[in-house]
Order: sequence, then C-alpha cells, then structure tokens
Amino acid sequence: MTALPLHGCLREPRAIVIGASAGAVTALSRLLPPLAADFPLAILVTVHVPADKPNSIPALLRTKCRIAIKEAEDKEPIVPGTVYFAPPDYHLLVERDRRLSLPNEEPVNFSRPSVDVLFESAADAYGKDLLAIILSGANEDGAKGARAVREAGGIVVVQSPDSAEARMMPESALTACPKARAMNLHTLAELLCACGGTVQC
Amino acid sequence: MTSDTAMKTENIELQLFLEAVYQRYHYDFRGYSKASIKRRLLLARERIGCTTFSGLQDRMLHDHAVLPQLLDYLTVQVSDMFRDPGYFRALREQILPHLKTYPSLKVWVAGCSSGEELYSLAILFREEGLESKTMFYATDINAGALAKAEAGVYDLQRIALFTRNHRLAGGRGSLSDYYTAAYGAARFDKTLRRRTVFSDHSLVSDSVFAEVHLVSCRNVLIYFDRPMQDRAIGLFKEALVRKGFLGIGARESLRFNAHVKAFTELLPGERIYQKRGDE
Repeated sequence: MTALPLHGCLREPRAIVIGASAGAVTALSRLLPPLAADFPLAILVTVHVPADKPNSIPALLRTKCRIAIKEAEDKEPIVPGTVYFAPPDYHLLVERDRRLSLPNEEPVNFSRPSVDVLFESAADAYGKDLLAIILSGANEDGAKGARAVREAGGIVVVQSPDSAEARMMPESALTACPKARAMNLHTLAELLCACGGTVQC
Repeated sequence: MTSDTAMKTENIELQLFLEAVYQRYHYDFRGYSKASIKRRLLLARERIGCTTFSGLQDRMLHDHAVLPQLLDYLTVQVSDMFRDPGYFRALREQILPHLKTYPSLKVWVAGCSSGEELYSLAILFREEGLESKTMFYATDINAGALAKAEAGVYDLQRIALFTRNHRLAGGRGSLSDYYTAAYGAARFDKTLRRRTVFSDHSLVSDSVFAEVHLVSCRNVLIYFDRPMQDRAIGLFKEALVRKGFLGIGARESLRFNAHVKAFTELLPGERIYQKRGDE
C-alpha cells in the first residue's frame, strides 16, 4: 500500500462517510472518479439537496466514475465498492448491522438529509474503523457529527477552508475537531485512493 | 472508560430501556431501527434532563407523566398532505379506476399519525366519487397523534404546501373547499372523516382486523428493523383481498422483505404494489 498521507495514522478504515453542501459537486468530481471499480470500502455521502426535486448529483457522477454510485434504499445492506447518496428529503443513517436506514424525521440544522445525522450513526456503527470527510459547504451541519466520529475513535479529515468553494462547513468542523487534518482536494483524493490500497490519481 | 466501552454501555442501556418500556407499558419499540430511535431518545433524554438511558428508565418507570412525552419522540410525526404528489396522482389515475369496480371498499391507513395522509385519501376518494362506498380505517399506536388526526386541524402555515401538493396530485377544485381557516389554523371539513374509524393498532403486536382493498402505509416501515418490516408486510398481505393494493413510502421497498413474492410491483416509481391473485 502506498503510504497514507495521514501522518501517524496507520489504521485502515472499514467505511467512509462524506458530508458536503455548497461546492459539493466540484469536490466530489475530484474525489470519486479516481476510485477503482473494486474499491474495497463503502462510501456514504450526504449532500444538502433541495427536498422537492430529484438529486442530479449521483447521475452526474456515474458518468465520470468507475466505482458504483447509487441512491440509498431503506434497509439496504452496505456493499463495498459502492457510493451511497442520501436521497432528497430523507436522513441517511447506518444501523449497527451495517444496513442503511432512511427515516423521515425532522430536519436537523435545517437540513434533511443532515450530515450530523449520518456521521453520528456511522460513528456508532463503525467506531474507530471510520474515516469521515467534511467538504465544502455554507453551513455548520457536520461539525457535531465530526466530533462524534472523533469521540468514537474514528478519523476526521476536512477540506481546507481556503480550497473550498464555501468555507463555513469545513471551518466549523475544524473548530469542533481541532485535531482533524485539513487538506486540499488533491491530497484528499490521494488519501481516498490509498484507502483502497492502490493509488491511481 | 474508553469511548468504545462507553458506547457499548450506552447501547446496553438503550436495549434495557426499550425492554422496560415494553414490560411496563406494552409499547414495543424493540424492533425499531436502532440508529434512528437512539438519536431520538438522546434528544428526549436531554429534554427530560437525564444523563444516561438508565436514568431515563428510572424516570419513565416511576413518573407516569414521562411516557406521553417519550412517545412523541419514539413515534415520529412528520407528514404533509398529499406528500409525494406523484403517489396520489398514480392512485387517482391508475388505482382508483380498479377500485371503482368493487361494490364497497375498505382502506387501511396504517400508522396514520396526525392524519395528513388520511385526509388526503378522503379528499381523493371524494373527488373521484368513491367516498360514499368506502370505509377508512386510520390506525396508530400514539393516542395523542390519533386525537390530532380525529380533530383534523393543521397550522395555517402548512396549508400553502398542502395546496401545492394537492394541485400536483391532480386535485379537482381547490383545497380550500375542504377546510375553514380561523385563528391561524385550518380546520378540515368533518364530513371528510364521517366514514373513518380511528383506532389504536400496533403493527408490532396486533393482528389483522378487517379485509381491505387498499393499504396505504407510508414512511412507517422505515422506522422498523428487518424482522419487524416482515411482520408488518405480512399483516398487510393477510388483510388485503386478492389483487388488493399496497402503497408505501417513496424510499421504502419490498426488495429486502420476506413477503416480496406475494406482491407484484405495479407502479415501481410510486411504490405501489399489488397482491398476487394466487396468494
């Protein structure tokens, strides 16, 4: 395996969660296309999208990616090598039996789906075996979730605010998790590929 | 204590708490999706002022005023009238023409919460001329929610969305024909519910009570774990007449359900299923 660009952190995560809002498409278009079709981990993504229309991001990324991309279904078992997107107007949660749940509870941080909700449930399900990534976004959703991931022993990395189209989400996450590493999209892409044991970026 | 141990302890406490709710009050949340129920109970715990689930259990067992508060967290009441208008449009255009051929109809709104879906269906059936031969069963486990459903009063601020959904669902006429507005609230026409039986019913522990032609159970199954989803769909299968219809939520699916073979996916996009004729 190519050296992980996370110094001092040699753990291999068993799942990845990503949270993003404004600027998500740009960031995800850099991070996901380099991943191989047989990428060994599942990636769960919550992006803030409007509640009343279909989310166009998965279809857009599908044209650029080799890794499988889909919208999550309720009680679907999590399969490695797949990127699951939270559907509009539903939260995405991970159950401890590693299935997905899509409850339709109240919005959190004015958001449904909410990044905090995904991250907190994934922290509970995966504990220290989780890598959480906060990308560009213009609100504070995800900060509490990132702290929950840290507290459960997982790894948090954040897109550096200077490299993000919207800096508030990464900045809030860094405030909540001062030890989280901030990195630009190029380094983040290398990190993700390294999780798969192959670097093709 | 390490974070890992703390989390394990908390999950043990959660399990014991749900067991205690069941043994003390016969509300069975043991088969609910854990991730979601834990999140809501953490909110309840904070609200009620306890630091652990064991503490919350103590309060719940000894202070009877606590349970009704908890139920509002344990049962999620988030719904809108004509939510996912495409579903109601599909019922109107593709399912009701089938239902018209029956001399009388029974419709079960399972997990009706505060009634938004029931009134949507009642309006739909009235608009399509089926109301007079239809009986509705609206069931839920939360008595407070059922009382709200029976009252049929909603915040006026929500009416703009309801109106838009109704129109997108192919509504004939205006939604305002069905309610009167006063003091910031919209009070729905009580004749809409004169053919409705409101009843306490649990998909976890109760059995089938009637033979029905349509079950509408939307965004209820998502709160259940797999075995409990199997039980609920099994009840619907048993309640439905042959070739009866089942509508579920936009993000719910029978794909992972034990009874998937008993149904055909009639309108996959709108999550409307039909019970097979040979079941």
